[in-house]
Amino acid sequence: MLSRLTHTVARTLLGVSTLFVAGVTTLAPAQPVHADTELLNVSYDPTRELYQEFNKAFVAHWKASGGESVVVRQSHGGSGKQARAVIDGLEADVVTLALAADIDAIAKNARLLPDDWQSRLPDNSSPYTSTIVFVVRKGNPKGVKDWNDLVKPGISIITPNPKTSGGARWNYLAAWGYALRNNGNDEGKAREFVAALFKNVPVLDSGARGSTTTFAQRGLGDVLLSWENEAHLIQKEFGADKFDIVIPSVSILAEPPVAIVDKVVDKRGTRKIAEGYLKFLYSEQGQEIAARNFYRPRLASVATKYVGNFPSIPLFTIDEVFGGWKKAQATHFAEKGVFDQIYQPKSK
Amino acid sequence: MAQAVPRRRATTPGGARARNTPAWVRWPLIGVSFGFVGLFLVMPMAAVFAEAFRKGVGVYMDSLRDPDALSAIWLTVLTAAITLPLNIVFGLSSAWLIARFRFAGRGLLITLIDLPFAVSPVISGLIFVLMFGLQGWIGPWLKGHDIQIIFAVPGVILATLFVTFPFVAREVLSLMQEQGDDQEQAALMLGASGWKTFWRVTLPNVKWAVLYGVILCNARAMGEFGAVSVVSGHVRGRTNTMPLQVEILYNEYNFVAAFAVASLLTLLALVTLVVKGVLEWRLAGEAQDAEESTKGITA
Repeated sequence: MLSRLTHTVARTLLGVSTLFVAGVTTLAPAQPVHADTELLNVSYDPTRELYQEFNKAFVAHWKASGGESVVVRQSHGGSGKQARAVIDGLEADVVTLALAADIDAIAKNARLLPDDWQSRLPDNSSPYTSTIVFVVRKGNPKGVKDWNDLVKPGISIITPNPKTSGGARWNYLAAWGYALRNNGNDEGKAREFVAALFKNVPVLDSGARGSTTTFAQRGLGDVLLSWENEAHLIQKEFGADKFDIVIPSVSILAEPPVAIVDKVVDKRGTRKIAEGYLKFLYSEQGQEIAARNFYRPRLASVATKYVGNFPSIPLFTIDEVFGGWKKAQATHFAEKGVFDQIYQPKSK
Repeated sequence: MAQAVPRRRATTPGGARARNTPAWVRWPLIGVSFGFVGLFLVMPMAAVFAEAFRKGVGVYMDSLRDPDALSAIWLTVLTAAITLPLNIVFGLSSAWLIARFRFAGRGLLITLIDLPFAVSPVISGLIFVLMFGLQGWIGPWLKGHDIQIIFAVPGVILATLFVTFPFVAREVLSLMQEQGDDQEQAALMLGASGWKTFWRVTLPNVKWAVLYGVILCNARAMGEFGAVSVVSGHVRGRTNTMPLQVEILYNEYNFVAAFAVASLLTLLALVTLVVKGVLEWRLAGEAQDAEESTKGITA
């Protein structure tokens, strides 16, 4: 007796779902369609304000020089996490990440761009540079002046997780480089130093912006290891009366690189715009925008103009001290690398 | 999630005992409960609205009119609009199947329906990355056919569908099991067509349960963060839902806009609570009626 009902129910439900799926597939393309060409820039955490300003300028510039209307879309997150998303299929036309190793990972794991990507644009494909500085609470109550103050007991340091954040890897390497310099290049001593430093870290956020929020908004920690640009942004957003920036005696030259993702731009037909976009970063206007957002410009004329923004710190490069990103990545941040050996999450 | 539906007309067991409890026990307990609810539910909720309107109604409206915010609202509504009907169809058919038939794998099906509640949402998201990601099982094939699933709208919808599909099925199933199939049998015996029986007997009997499931499902679909966060790719103006947009705005120190979008989600929660309350009351009635009618027949 129930079989008659069975058939009806089955047919009804099937009919409803078929109608529905048909409806959705016909209506789906009707959601906001932009006639404009879209460009997706997948970037790391602290560049939100930089690219907000830069994208506006680029859209105007591209139109003025006879190009089509462009809409630049942004995605931000921890640099390593963003690279992972691109590897898994996030269709980035350009990647502007925190460090070369993350773009290397895209080249190696997904073959979306050639291995020699970094030599395709000037200055190691890094149109702007930055460095690592300290942010402390107003008046520097714990008297933090240099890297060696960070390993003292009772100092609480906020830094993101080197596994997922680019800025965190620069923080780690800057500390390591300092320790090498002050211990006659003794690797063992450097390792002890960095291990001691991470003992003072109560929490690892996944990206630089998360750490900033932890430190500035939630009020955790005495020192935030931060990108120079992020440090200035904190002062701007939360008021210069709340935080001081401490410039250590030596730090690392951080080169956040940019690249076109070849397979994506060729598929989407956006190569020309993507190239124009990255080139514009090197132009005088692009460099000015970078400098205004506290990224150190490459162009000498702009650097001179904004010299007041950037205190001179002796900076070592990753090539000098660590033999390049590939090596540093494999030694320090790979699975079971030095970081995994020295960092034990605090069990509370 | 198969909550026992509260009985409308049943007297609270131990109700008399509660009234006999001395005042010095009763009042502090009531005070603690209300204090707790006030501190952890009412105050944060009020804070959301206070923050959202801190710079006035104008700024609040502007925050919601921002193209990226509008896109997030649109995507959230679209996701719910697709998820809900599919869940109704799936929920009704699976509940009916389980309640009315004995077949191999029935127990397995019941277990599988509950799976999304047992799995962490982040894992649910990662499952889709593993399936549809460029390095995943069918990712390369999809890419060859130019189909984008994750880091695009379909991924967001799939992930939401996954985490929400038990709601309707669970609610309808428990009511159907309680009601039994006597009424359907009677309708068919009296000569009603299958079609008529479904629309006049089966569906009306469970309509409150369906609505109840839908309202829970909607709340989850619009509020889901974990699973969606993993598959979204966080492209502004494209693949961000409201919860993701709140996080982005918060991380950009744009607190007023973050709380403005959050206030919409909070409103949704309040509406959900009210509708849920009404439905629970109706639903309890249905279950009660079903029970009484069965009693009547057996007596």
